[in-house]
Amino acid sequence: MLILTCPNCGLAADETELSPGGEAHLKRFGPGSEDADFEGYLFHRANPKGVHFERWRHAYGCGKWFLAARDTATLEVFGTYPAQTTEPPAEIITRIRARHPDWSPT
Amino acid sequence: MRRYSAFAIVREAARHHLGWERAWASPSPKARYDAVIVGAGGHGLATAYYLGKNHGITNVAVIEKGWLGGGNTGRNTTIIRSNYLQDPSAAIYEKSRSLYETMSQDLNYNVMFSPRGVMMLAQTEHELRGYRRTTHANALQGVATEFIAPERVRELCPIINIDGPRYPVLGALWQPRGGTARHDAVAWGYARACSAMGMDIIQQCEVTGVQSANGKVTGVRTTKGDIATPKLGIVVAGHSGVLAEMAGFRLPVESVALQALVSEPIKPCMDVVVMANTVHGYMSQSDKGEMVIGGGADGYNNYTQRGSFHHIEETVRALIETFPMISRLKMLRQWGGIVDMTGDRSPILSKTPLEGCFINCGWGTGGFKAIPGSGWGFAELMAKGHSPLTAAFGLERFREGRFVDESVAAGVAH
Repeated sequence: MLILTCPNCGLAADETELSPGGEAHLKRFGPGSEDADFEGYLFHRANPKGVHFERWRHAYGCGKWFLAARDTATLEVFGTYPAQTTEPPAEIITRIRARHPDWSPT
Repeated sequence: MRRYSAFAIVREAARHHLGWERAWASPSPKARYDAVIVGAGGHGLATAYYLGKNHGITNVAVIEKGWLGGGNTGRNTTIIRSNYLQDPSAAIYEKSRSLYETMSQDLNYNVMFSPRGVMMLAQTEHELRGYRRTTHANALQGVATEFIAPERVRELCPIINIDGPRYPVLGALWQPRGGTARHDAVAWGYARACSAMGMDIIQQCEVTGVQSANGKVTGVRTTKGDIATPKLGIVVAGHSGVLAEMAGFRLPVESVALQALVSEPIKPCMDVVVMANTVHGYMSQSDKGEMVIGGGADGYNNYTQRGSFHHIEETVRALIETFPMISRLKMLRQWGGIVDMTGDRSPILSKTPLEGCFINCGWGTGGFKAIPGSGWGFAELMAKGHSPLTAAFGLERFREGRFVDESVAAGVAH
């Protein structure tokens, strides 16, 4: 079972306690933006086989949103971090690089 | 290709079965093909088959990184139905279902199509209204379905608990001409027919890059060398995002795990397929007697072909309420497949931003039933540049807001 540590309350939560929320760090394009940008924001997803950043909610716990870095090919968890960030923190990147030296954020 | 027939069985029985040929050849790739299909699952092989049969394009390679039919084609619960709400869906799924009816004869390969009937239980007031609406829509689309009362449900499938405490059966959407087929045989039958037309099916050959010049596809790089082609069909289900990245575009698709399981074999006890979408489980009995069970997909991105155990628990819990007699059954096997989910739960059969490169993906949790129809339409799209079957399923529908919304129509299971 997938276990993620909620950075808000500090609990290691089983996935039955969590709700997945899709890809993280999407840049929002609202009214007035280009069609292509709006389409990308609404629909296009990275869907990588490998390192993936995603949103989770500690739904049956503290109820707060947070972000996680996982490997979708191995189910390895690189770490979780607060939702109030626009990019993954350095320590998460370091941990990912330790595993995947060639990896670069897209 | 030597035809299979009753006579062939007698002939081979008389000579110690020494005359059976290999069903398909395993050649090395040529340097160039008129069309290359990536992915030798049901959809990819069906596309190649109809490219040859309907459009006369036989200089075709089907490339597969594993073995043919080893992905979702061999991992689904083999249900075939076409009782969808939206017109474009009904058209392609009904085309598909009707092709299944004659597939064994077409391919000279027994795919064991069994039109035993598919029943989708209505267990809430909303589902009842939804399925009534679908029945009306199907009547207009020319898809034979009917809405049946609980008594008829009990008649057709006596092992259902009609008066369950929480979700009593209020009726069902019944498609008598739906059913099941042998999923491996569908891939094998298409592969044999493609091979007989002179197409190359190349297994253990992974695509590592898509080559292009001036915005047009020119070929693919593979673990068995470069292959040039002016037409590339990407039919790789869960790995669509990976191939799309190689080809330089993004897709409105996410890959998640969907699981299924089978029980120990028991005596025949149900001769229809039952789907219970409110409680989220579906079940049929295979010819071997195993109860074949499927449920919902996991919620997060995953490429590992194994899912979360609690989903199995939820599915089995739901089915035990619906079919109390299975509560002591032991489960034999459980497995997962990686399904490619779109936002509107409808597939993508489309041209792509890269000219000459076509994509067929997004079948999500319900691709098996669509194999022949998808192959038929996608082959036409690749050969002619347009197809009435696939017109509504283009990538541009997301930008233009013209969804083929089956997520609302079908709720969960596909």
